[in-house]
Parts: sequence; structure tokens; C-alpha cells
Amino acid sequence: MKLILKIWRQKNSKSKGSFVTYIMDDVSPEMSFLEMLDALNKKLVEADKDPVAFDHDCREGICGSCGMYINGHPHGPVPAITTCHLSMRYFKDGETIWIEPWRAKPFPVIKDLIVDRSAFDKIQIAGGFISVNAGAAPEANSILVQKKKSDDAFDSSICIGCGACVAACKNASAMLFVSAKISQFARLPQGRIEARERVRAMVKKMDEVGFGNCSNTGACEAECPKQIKIKNIALLNREFYKAF
Amino acid sequence: MAKLNSKIPDGPLAQKWTKYKASVKLVNPANKKKLDIIVVGTGLAGAGAASSLGELGYNVKCFCYQDSPRRAHSVAAQGGINAAKNYQNDGDSTYRLFYDMIKGGDYRAREANVYRAAEVSNDVIDHFTALGVPFARDYGGTLDTRSFGGVQVSRTFYAKGQTGQQCLLGTYSSLNRQIKKGNVKMFPRREMLDLVVIDGKARGIIARNLITGEIERHSAHAVVLATGGYGTIYYLSTLAVNSNASAAWKAHKKGAFFANPSFVQIHPTSVPQLNEFQSKLTLMSESLRNDGRMWVPKTKGDKRPANDIPEEERDYYLERRYPAFGNLVPRDVASRATKERCDAGFGVGKTGLAVNLDFRDSINKQGKKAIEDKYGNLFEMYKTITGVDPYEEPMRIYPAGHYTMGGLWVDYELMTTIPGLYAIGEANFSDHGANRLGASSLMQASGDGYFILPNTISNYLADEIRVPKISTTSPEFEKTEKTAVERLNNLISIKGKQTASSFHKRLGKIMWDYCGMVRNEEGLRKALVLINDLKDEFWKDLNVPGTINELNIELEKAGRVADFFELTELLVHDALDRKESCGAHFREEYQTPDGEAQRNDEQFAYVAAWEYAGEGKPHILHKEELKFEEVEMKVRSYK
Amino acid sequence: MALAGIFLLLFLPVHLGINLMLLKTDPKPFNNVAHFMATFPLIKIFEVVLLGTILIHIFYGIWVQIQNWLARPVGYVSGNKAETSFFSKFMIWTGATILTFLILHFFNFYFIRLGLVPGNPEDFYSVAHSLFKIPAYNYIYLICFVLLGFHLYHAFYSAFQTLGLNHRIWTPLVKVIALIYAIVLPAGFALISVTLWLFR
Repeated sequence: MKLILKIWRQKNSKSKGSFVTYIMDDVSPEMSFLEMLDALNKKLVEADKDPVAFDHDCREGICGSCGMYINGHPHGPVPAITTCHLSMRYFKDGETIWIEPWRAKPFPVIKDLIVDRSAFDKIQIAGGFISVNAGAAPEANSILVQKKKSDDAFDSSICIGCGACVAACKNASAMLFVSAKISQFARLPQGRIEARERVRAMVKKMDEVGFGNCSNTGACEAECPKQIKIKNIALLNREFYKAF
Repeated sequence: MAKLNSKIPDGPLAQKWTKYKASVKLVNPANKKKLDIIVVGTGLAGAGAASSLGELGYNVKCFCYQDSPRRAHSVAAQGGINAAKNYQNDGDSTYRLFYDMIKGGDYRAREANVYRAAEVSNDVIDHFTALGVPFARDYGGTLDTRSFGGVQVSRTFYAKGQTGQQCLLGTYSSLNRQIKKGNVKMFPRREMLDLVVIDGKARGIIARNLITGEIERHSAHAVVLATGGYGTIYYLSTLAVNSNASAAWKAHKKGAFFANPSFVQIHPTSVPQLNEFQSKLTLMSESLRNDGRMWVPKTKGDKRPANDIPEEERDYYLERRYPAFGNLVPRDVASRATKERCDAGFGVGKTGLAVNLDFRDSINKQGKKAIEDKYGNLFEMYKTITGVDPYEEPMRIYPAGHYTMGGLWVDYELMTTIPGLYAIGEANFSDHGANRLGASSLMQASGDGYFILPNTISNYLADEIRVPKISTTSPEFEKTEKTAVERLNNLISIKGKQTASSFHKRLGKIMWDYCGMVRNEEGLRKALVLINDLKDEFWKDLNVPGTINELNIELEKAGRVADFFELTELLVHDALDRKESCGAHFREEYQTPDGEAQRNDEQFAYVAAWEYAGEGKPHILHKEELKFEEVEMKVRSYK
Repeated sequence: MALAGIFLLLFLPVHLGINLMLLKTDPKPFNNVAHFMATFPLIKIFEVVLLGTILIHIFYGIWVQIQNWLARPVGYVSGNKAETSFFSKFMIWTGATILTFLILHFFNFYFIRLGLVPGNPEDFYSVAHSLFKIPAYNYIYLICFVLLGFHLYHAFYSAFQTLGLNHRIWTPLVKVIALIYAIVLPAGFALISVTLWLFR
């Protein structure tokens, strides 16, 4: 199939970028989106041109590296998947595809479609942990956790940190990302002990690095490749009030 | 061989580690602050080590090529993590876990290391639980387990099909805590280009900032490599596409011996290749074999849809060949049995290179909900990739390159043959022999990082406390940096026509065809010629656009592929040299009449540790004889 | 934001209740209530609180919105097609419309009472009735109340979420109530204006 790609090209963080059009004539519907870009890059390199830079690694939807804004959606128009799992069978022959990097002040573009997501790490460093040293842990089964709570904690914990929630949110808010970690720990007895310090530190850092505010539009939930729910945000709010 | 001293402590197996810890040299807290340690890699082993060392008070610098430590490929491990907790009261123990690993590894692993890995497995589970890893639980609130291939007990802790992710995020969180405390300094988006050795000791690394292209020098009193395996030599594998062997290979060229490179595990259950552009094979966790049955049609070339083939016309070949373990035979055995059926023409699908993994019976027996609880996300993932719903139709699966048991040779202290250079996790060779059992990689990597290395490294560092901060302006740093930059310039100045990936793909095909699940002398010799030719072509016709002073994805790839050419050559040599079949290494010339692997303990009960002798010179083989004091070497049978 | 919002959400039905008296042909009850509202000391306090709340809501809303705009300096060419509650995207704009209306509203009533604008503060009944005879006033009034409905629909649910109240059973119910509230309240106000305009 034939596709018209409009890709954001930007040499580095300092230069101005622009959209460049590429025509791909021989795209197979069996390709994944990234494999389609691989094919484009192969052509570019063979013509001694600079290939399109994009983050990617595991290509099985779990590392959270890949992420691009495709036709108005982070990770493309298919819900609950990452870009690496987006199959070209979801696109029509002759379709024009706009490919943009994540857009948010705390996610500056490094090159082309690669953005700097270290703001996420900074939030996690601020408090996304349970303070326990190796060797200090009690016997695993001495900490009993209700199955339901443990399952809920798991559902929150599966965030891959890709940034789609920020990319989708009209306010570029990172609330879903932060709430996923807060909720995971809030539901486990191990995590309750330093819950106050954690939520304060993480929310403070989130504001500091320049993410927008949550206005409960639910775009993050709709676009999250791991289907993290906004009920986590409500829990984060609750935890935040409790920490006063 | 005098050169290899495995430093195994004396005494009975079960007491070696306790005794070692009690007598190891220590570094006092005040001195720890003065000692720098570099950790390369942030998977379970690397991030675990960095955080543990940070907790102890060392000055740690930690590096990864990803944009965040949370993305290291440990994240992709699915099925679970083993521990000898015996929560199921099914007769498990440290000894049994140790025994299963030794047997599963086909008696090519070092007893003392394996026993220790089993010993610390329980601490690992305790630690992860305390870190808030949401392992699956029973209604009473206790931890749940499941069984995995190659064993008859249920000792695998899991978090649905995302155990690796959960363990890695737990480890990432403990790393973050140390970063916050200032004990660990994190350097993401850095690639290690070379190891700096001064007076025979590992003293630092040369790294490239992948964003700016800047070349950086980092010094330390000790360097820890936790850079994972080299399964991407096959191009298509279950590994992350950027996983590479460069750090380990550079260390090897600086004097670290490389052990058993040919021991590469081919995982039996991955989504088969669907098209020629494919860049990656996605694993379907081994845990699926708990409830899925592997079969092919009894008739050659039967093209009917799987559900239309009646029970009596299905060949459940694993259950037929291995009645005792059935679908839960170890990975190498399952992979070969699958390959045998497909080669004989019984494979299914368009290419005939696939078999069915069928959940029909389990769904009927346990209900869809129970299956969904256990494997929900895997079923979803399968459906996303293939468009087929595995609740309705069997999955189609085929083996894929997965894990490398081989790696840098290390002694009992996890130190390589370069003093001060350590290798942990998949990057070393130590615990899995010729074949790794499922769910033991997370266990080993975490054990190495959290509990073993932090104890053994002090034995070396205790003698380093008088060494001041290592200067990065020494001639050794100068020289190493110069060589590294030269090499980048060489790659960029070839200005040929082909991409690094296209070479990688062709190299992968050679390796898969001649040095994959089944090997023979003729094929291996042919592979050597083909690799060499391709390598020549690479250095003549590669094209890397751009410069070295910027973010350059093609340059990154080219450097990695260039190293793969050298590594695969050694790998094939090792496979040629080992004239026996053991574990994942199956030489057609050495098999029993019924097609099982035939080991040769008389001649090959050793670890092949290869020494780099210089450019263009053949590697030198050093043998570490494996002495089995505790277990008796037996024919590995799962029948 | 949410607390101020909820306070306003509670105030609106009271206001509607009073306004409904405009439908009576007898001006007395309405004017009595209006007089009571204007003179009773407790209500005076309430008035200040209400005004404060409105100001907090407005200024905090604008402040938050500015931060949100700053958080995305470069937008997307392909737009934002995420499946979200439609009305949630325009809160600042629906809010701004309501603010404009409020100013108009103040001109018509509150400022009369303060003597800033001519009119008889003792007979708001007649003021209202005469205002609603102007078609243009009705159009503006109706448009504002449709937009108020949009604002309220998201506001109602959103306030609960912000206060950390999200529940597997209650949240869907809150959304239904929000819908009812967002239709009934503006419809009530609109009913008064249309009735006074066309039928009296």
C-alpha cells in the first residue's frame, strides 16, 4: 500500500523543526508502524540521508521507549497499544499520516521524534519508592495483602512510563503517570508507611518540572496503552489531601 | 590452567556462601564513600547492584543506553521468578532448586555458584515484596506460585505475565531512592565504548553521550558490567532490538575471558515470524505451557483450521515423547522437538514453521476466567500482533533466540579475569550451564545484583582504600579514548551503500541457519566462511550518514553490528570445539539413537573460557574443569 | 477549584427556586424574597462568601488554565482526537461566557441596588419582566444558559473526581446526576425567560 508520511524533523533541541513529506509506496499491511519507519530509514540511509530518529527498544509493548503522536493520537488511533504494536493494517491505502513528537514543556524534543522524558524519572526519584535496604526485608509471607488490593495495586503498577498520558492531555498533565505509582503503593501495606512523604514529594516535583494541571477530561485514560484508569487520579487526590 | 582461578571457598556446598561472607574482607563505612564504582546496565542485575552498593555507601555511577533505567530489557521478562520458599509444601528446598538448575543446565555449570544462586533466591522474593512488587496472591493474602518447565514443583512467583516489568520497576524504585540520596549518579543515554585498564586493573570506561555524541571518560575503583546477553546475534530474537554485546565484547578484548559463547537458548514459544520486514520476535511466556498443549497434525501438510482437526488426528508431540514432564520439558528440549516436527513437514501456518499451543482443554476445565487471570495480558498481546483470538483458536508459536547462558567468565566472586572488573546477570556465564530453566534469569540477575556482588566486591575494594580518586587524564584513558573515537570514525568513513541493519539481518540468518537450535561441523565451518565474507563486505560497503558529534542512530547500530561479527566468529568456534551435545548446544553428530542430546562428560565437562589474543589471531582456549562433588552427572531425561 | 465549584453548584438551585417566583402573576412574593435577600444580615454574609467563591473560582480557573497553556508551548498539527468528554475541553471558554453573563447580570440587578445603575431596587419583579421582553436579551440569556449547562455537566462530575471521590458504583451514578442537573437547572432558568418573553 501507498502512504504519505508527514514527519516532524528537527535536527537537535536547539534548531527549529518542520514537517517533511515522505511517500512510501511499498508498505505491507503486515508491518508494524515502527517497521514501516525502519523501511523508510533504510531508504534514507541508502540515499545517504539522515534517518528519522525515534525511541524504541523492546518492540513488544513493555519498555515504554516508543511513542509518537500519530494522526491526533499518542501511539496512533488504535486504543490500548503502543506504537510498536500498531499494525499497518489499521491504515488505508493512500492515507496521509501525520507523525509528531510528544508535545509538552517538560518533554523537550531532542531530535525528530525523540523527546526527553527525564522529567518522569525526576518525579520517581522524588518519592516513587518504598524505603527498604537489600537484606532488611521481612519474610515475604509475613506481609499479608488482600488479593483484591494486591490485584488493584498490580493494575496501577503496569504503567510503562511512555508519556502518552501527557501527550494526550490538553493540559500536558502528568497526573495519570504519577497517580499510577502513588496508587500502587497506597494500596499495599508496605507502601502505607511513607505514603504522606511520597505523595507530597512526587506532586511537588510534578508541579516543579512544569506539567499542566488535571482538569479531569479523561484523555489520558482513553489513550493509555496500558489502560490505567483515572480512578487512580482520584486516589492520588485523596492521598494528597490526607497528607496535609 | 593457572590463569583460571574460580576461587570456590572450601567446605561443604551448603556452607560455602555463609563461610565466605563470614571471612570476606570488609570496607569500613568511612572508606566506602571514597571508593567509586561504575555499573553499566540498569536491568535487574545492574540497577540492583547500583542500589545495593549505594545503600552500602559507595559512590556509584550508573550507565544505560536507554533514556531511563526503567526500560532495561529485564522489563520484558514475563513468566516469573523462582525461589525455594516451598510455600506449596511440595518438597521444594534450596537443594532441589540447585539440583534442578544443575540438571537443567546439563551439568555444565559451576556447583558452588548455582547453589548460592538458589540460596539467595528467597532473599530476593522477600526484598521485592518489601519494595512493593505486586506478586500474585491467594485469597488468604499469601503469595501464589506456579510451575515452570523442567521442574516438578511450583516455585515460580509471578505478576501475571509481567513479572519482569514488576521486578524491574521495583529495582528502578530502589535505584531512584539512592539517586535521591546522592549515592548513585545516573547517566542515561550513554553507550560504553571501551573499558579502561590501568596496571592490569579495570579503572574506568569510555562512554558516548548518545544525544550529543560527546565522548566521556569515567573513572572508578571497580567496574561492574551488567549489560545482558547477546541473543540479538540472530537479528530476530525475543530481545530488545537495541540489546547488544558491545560492552562485554570490549571488556573481552581488554582481557576478560569469554566463557561458553555457544550456549544460546532458543525459547520454544515465541510468535512466529509473520513477514520479511519483521524486526523482532515476541515471546509468549513459558508459563503458558502450564495450561497450553503443544501439538501438530498427525498428517503431513494438513492445512485444515486447527479447530477442525479432531482429537485423534492431533500429535501432542511433547506429551508423546516426554510423558513424565509433558508440555513442561525444559526449553531446549521443547524447541528441538518443535523444530524436528516442523522440519519433518508437520508444521502449521503459511510457512510451516509453527506449531499449535492449544488452550481448549484448559479453558473447558478451568473456565475462561481462570485462564484470563493467569495469562490475560499475554492473550491480549498475541491477539494484537496476529489478529487471532487465542481463547477461540490455538496460538501458533515457534522457537526464537532468547537468552545467552554464555558470557564473560567470572569466578565465585563474580570477578572476570581482569581484576576489578565484575560481570553480573546475563552478562556472565556462571549459573545456567548449557541451558537455563524458566524463571531463573530474574532470580539470578537480582541475586547477583542485590545480594552477591555487594558482598564479594568488598574483598577487592578493601585493598583499594588507599588508592585516591582515579585520574581520567592518564595515558591509558587518552589511548583508550583515541582508539574508541578512531573506530567511530572508521565506521562513518566507509561511505558505502548498505545499512547496518541489513548486515545485521544477514548475519542473523547465517547464525540461525548454522548455529541455532541444531549445529553440525559442516554447517559451522560454512558459517565461519560466510561470517568472514559478510564482515569484509560490512567494512567495505556500510553507510553511516551524519557525524559522530550528534545523535546518530545509524552509528550506534553500526558499532554494535561490527562487534557482533567478531563475537559470532568466536561463538561458532566454540560450537565447533565442543564436540558433544549438551543443553542448548545440540550437535547433530552427537545424539542418541532416539534423537536426544548426547553429552561427553569424559572430555567436555569443562567451561570453555576464551582469551583474546589480538587482532586476527585465534582465541586461546582455557578450560575450567567442572568438579561435581554434590551431584552425580547423569543422563538428563525428562521422559 | 472543586470546593468553590461545589458551593456554586449548591447555590444555583436556590437561585432558580427564587427565580421561579417570577412566573407568578403577583409580583409580591418575588419582591419580598428579593427584599429579604437584600436586607437580612445573614444573607449579607452569605453574599460576601458567594462573591468570594466566585472570584476564587474565576481567578484560580484562569491561573490553572495559564499554567496548562504554558505546559504545551507547541501544539499538534494533527489535533487532539482523544476520546474525552466533549465539554471538558472548553471549560475556560464556557466559564468565560458565564462570567460575561454575570457582569451583565450584575449590571441589571446588583448594581441597581448599589445605585450605580438606574432602576427601582424595590421592584426587581418588574425589572425582570421588562428585561425579558427584549428579544436580544433573551437570545443572550438562552445562549449563556446552554453554555452554563455544558460547563455544569463536566463540573459536576469533575468536582467529585478532584476531591478524590471515584467509586466503581457511585461514579457512574454521579455522571447521570450531573447530566440531569446540567439539563434541568439551565432549562429551569430558560423556561422562566421564555415564558416571560412570549407568554406574558
